[in-house]
Amino acid sequence: MIDDIRSACDEALAAVASAHLDVVDQLHAELLGKRSHLSGMKAKLGSLDAEERRVAGSALNQAMASVSAAIDERRAQAQRAALEARIDAERLDLTEAPPVGRRGHLHLVTQAWEQLEDVFVGLGFTVAEGPEVETDWYNFEALNMGEGHPARGEFDTLFVGRSDNELPGESGILLRTHTSPVQIRAMLAQEPPIHIVAPGRVFRRDTPDATHMPVFHQIEGLVVDRDITMADLAGTIEAFTRAFFGEEFTSRLRPSYFPFTEPSAEFDVRRPDGSWLELGGCGMVHPEVLRAGGLDPEQWSGFAFGFGIDRMAVMRHGVSDIRDMYVNDIRFIEQF
Amino acid sequence: MKVLLSWLNDFGPFADPSDESSVETLADEMTALGLAVESIDRIGSGVDGVISAKVLRVEQHPDAAKVRRVWVDAGEGQERHVWCGASNMAAGDVVALATLGTQMPDGRTIERRGILGIDSEGMLCSETELGIGSDGSGIMILPADAPLGVAYTEAIGLEDDVIFDLDLTRNRPDCWSVRGIARDLAAHRRQPLASPPAGADYVEGAERSVPVALEAGDRCGRFTTTVLSNLAVTESPEWIARRLTSVGMRPINNVVDASNYVMLELGQPNHAYDHDAVSSGLRIRQAKSDERITTLDGVERVCVTDDLLICDASDAPVGIGGVMGGADSEIADSTTEVALEVAWFESMGIMRTATRHALRSEASARYERGVDPAVADDAIQRFASLLALTCPNLVLHAGTVDERGSALPSTERSVEVRVSAVNRVLGTEFIADDLPPLLDGLGLRVAIDDDRMSVAIPSWRPDISGEIDVVEEVARMFGYDRLGRSVPRAAVHGHLSAAQRRRRELRRVLVGLGVSEAMPNPFVASDTMALAGVDGPTMRILNPLVAEESALRTSLRPGLLAAVAHNEHHRREGVSLFEIGHVYPPGDGDLPDEYEALCVVLAGRNAHDAVAAWREIAAALGTGAMIDQGTRPGGLHPTRSAVLRSGRDVIGVIGEIAPDVAGRFGVSERVAVFEVRLDGILASEPRPASHRVVSRMPTSDLDLAFVMPDDTPAERLERALRQAAGDLLVSCELFDVYRGQGVEPGTRSLAFRLRLQQRERNITDADIAAVRERCIAGAERLDATLRG
Repeated sequence: MIDDIRSACDEALAAVASAHLDVVDQLHAELLGKRSHLSGMKAKLGSLDAEERRVAGSALNQAMASVSAAIDERRAQAQRAALEARIDAERLDLTEAPPVGRRGHLHLVTQAWEQLEDVFVGLGFTVAEGPEVETDWYNFEALNMGEGHPARGEFDTLFVGRSDNELPGESGILLRTHTSPVQIRAMLAQEPPIHIVAPGRVFRRDTPDATHMPVFHQIEGLVVDRDITMADLAGTIEAFTRAFFGEEFTSRLRPSYFPFTEPSAEFDVRRPDGSWLELGGCGMVHPEVLRAGGLDPEQWSGFAFGFGIDRMAVMRHGVSDIRDMYVNDIRFIEQF
Repeated sequence: MKVLLSWLNDFGPFADPSDESSVETLADEMTALGLAVESIDRIGSGVDGVISAKVLRVEQHPDAAKVRRVWVDAGEGQERHVWCGASNMAAGDVVALATLGTQMPDGRTIERRGILGIDSEGMLCSETELGIGSDGSGIMILPADAPLGVAYTEAIGLEDDVIFDLDLTRNRPDCWSVRGIARDLAAHRRQPLASPPAGADYVEGAERSVPVALEAGDRCGRFTTTVLSNLAVTESPEWIARRLTSVGMRPINNVVDASNYVMLELGQPNHAYDHDAVSSGLRIRQAKSDERITTLDGVERVCVTDDLLICDASDAPVGIGGVMGGADSEIADSTTEVALEVAWFESMGIMRTATRHALRSEASARYERGVDPAVADDAIQRFASLLALTCPNLVLHAGTVDERGSALPSTERSVEVRVSAVNRVLGTEFIADDLPPLLDGLGLRVAIDDDRMSVAIPSWRPDISGEIDVVEEVARMFGYDRLGRSVPRAAVHGHLSAAQRRRRELRRVLVGLGVSEAMPNPFVASDTMALAGVDGPTMRILNPLVAEESALRTSLRPGLLAAVAHNEHHRREGVSLFEIGHVYPPGDGDLPDEYEALCVVLAGRNAHDAVAAWREIAAALGTGAMIDQGTRPGGLHPTRSAVLRSGRDVIGVIGEIAPDVAGRFGVSERVAVFEVRLDGILASEPRPASHRVVSRMPTSDLDLAFVMPDDTPAERLERALRQAAGDLLVSCELFDVYRGQGVEPGTRSLAFRLRLQQRERNITDADIAAVRERCIAGAERLDATLRG
């Protein structure tokens, strides 16, 4: 009997060893199940005498345990091999990746606009907005440019009407030529202190060229409070310059003329290489403008500044022709 | 405006033209005063290698008709041969010879070049080629007595000089003159304004007058005539001609040049008439309609009544007041007597006339800005003394006629200025005594009375009329850079508004969806909106640059369609673009009902993609709208479009661009689109979502397919199912739509997967069966039957 058990066990172990990995799961039933040779021998144990049964039973248990262990080992082998086979079969060249859903791109003007907003928000400003179609009063009159003011001629204005038969300017409706009307709207809408910037789209009757568009964008700043001085203006321009361009940039104000500010100034930014960039205009809010905004110039004072957003955008990316930003060519848009 | 340093120095000195750093310092100083220096041109240092040479003879070569052979002697006693394209030289003339190897200002190098095998040993130069004048018509002829073989600059006595090109602001008419600029500089440096070297003496003559009838006194504030006799028309002195040339005026003759010189130096335009043409008097009146005059430039001008004419005694126009003289009264070579007009015209009228006739002269440019109403007497004296340089016996006759009109501004103006106001605006701590030294040099005379000062305004500063104007002058003279720098403490913290934050969020979501931002022109042609199928009137641009930009858009779609077409034509099909921009439909008042809108176009995609994108955006912004396919928006695909409703309000459209509309815009792809009003969406920020505890209970999926008529929106069925599932619903998703075999035509099968859960206990088969029954009942009310 012992020999039978030993040879049945060897037979079973050989079967495990030679079993194909695909059938490893069936081995248990086959070799240790009810109908297996070894199980069959277990049934025969009853016919043996006690001593023989003890010895044969023990040998049989050992045999079944070793077969079982061999099956487990074989199964583990099979799993390892299956994993390896899968890993091998799933080999991917990651650089074969096809293009998937391309991300979209924000317009260059939007990018510059948001950067400017962020800098000014950091400097304590809130952001104001206003309509693009304006009245003559907000765009000119309230800004100390009444009818016949010579400076009005410089703002080549696009006039708007309800019918083509109207004469330009007849209804006093126009496309705002600058963001300055927002100054007036802000003053009329809220009590000082006012600390706003107003980015927005503006319009001039300009033939497009490499540096001009009839539709472009400006950002305007206005601060009105008690005791605001020209030193505050210079300090704010300097703070903006360093925050937006970098600590190694500085600014200067030099006298200029705008009807809505006095004293008026141009502000220039000095690059680290010592060259100057003419950036925009600024000045102390003209008393007449404060009055138009419903504020008493004896009680309140303020400063305003403004400059072009488009120019910031093209400068930052070396776009040589501003018109390129408005063709809406995806090959341009995708670059930024 | 161009100004010559040597001329400025007549009132200075201000800088040494041969000292680079002093020139730079002066330029910076002018810029810091608000007289922005655009460019600095150095003249006089000349072109190395160009020397004086005498023309020995000139010959024509039979085979080269357009050029001449010239033999010159550069003082070495030997002949040099050059080819020359000009013909204005003759034997004996001294000319400027660029020798071999000379680097010309335009970058050329003079080389030994031959024509017909005959070498040219240099080049004869014109003024233009040497960069010293505008006369390029022939070669430059040097003074006949000039030494030979020396630098041409030495031969003509050209000294180092500098031309500053200034960008002057509109408020500083006084700086449209050498003296005005010099005055600012002298004031800034606290040095006296020097008097320029006088011309020559003239004789004061007996009284002779040209009478003046000033009829348009509201347009002409002052009109003076002065008679000068005993003059001979000749060339100006070299230095006058050179100064005029260097700032871009062509020397004509001694009379015209003196007139121009006075204008450039004092800012007072003036005009010398041949006395015989105007001796009976001048009349200043408004033009008659269609009255004609031929101006000095030879152009016949047709006037309107708003134009101002200077007329002779027979009422024939001899000039357009303040703009340009007439051709008929021009100085002739034979003129021996002139009547000098020195006048003051009101600026707006001059501006209108100059604009109307597209005729901007040096005179009109100054009158438009505003001329000193009191400088006429200086101008007359200066004209006479300059003319006397070439006319030693010149007689300036007494009897100047000086008519005044109502337009003449008062020359006795003063402004009250508070020192406290100065300090309040500038942030300075001036005391009253600090201010006169800053202002004196400008001609602002200050009388102090405690905090208050009375400041007398000089006639040449029409821009100063209030306290704030004086404050600006104080700041300018003190120096903007010395005013200090502080940062005002903001009383509010900086932030974006909720709407502005949401707009940014919107842009980020769009970009994440692969949509890029475009910025089309908001101007459209008058028929663009109709072509896009967008109904309704548009606001018009009344003075458009081009006809294609004569209306304001009422929808963002046309601009984006044009962008899709552009990209398609450049082999970039399938672009996804968005715009956030204003549209301007007419409103009840004069102003349009302007609002901000969002439009998204997805080329090559269909209406479902538009809906998916819209839902993604709506979810991100915590908003939503009902898709109402019962209303067909104009311009969209009639069977693949809907309006978006928020409550009853239509807030947008969604679907696909109608194929015919796409075709009109040159788009051949299918284009998914939606366009929504943003004002409401951005303004209404949703409240923060409340947390719901995630249930640990198991879920169970229930798949149900219904057959429903095509004209009932799937969304309605989904809503019915959601309602039927009630609290047990975790999610409800349309996962299959089927049309075809087994499903009756005109209907389709819609398969939904409902994930169900009891939040507090295990879900049971009975729970699921109940939901199923309710769903079937709800669907039946929509004529949807469970698919077997």
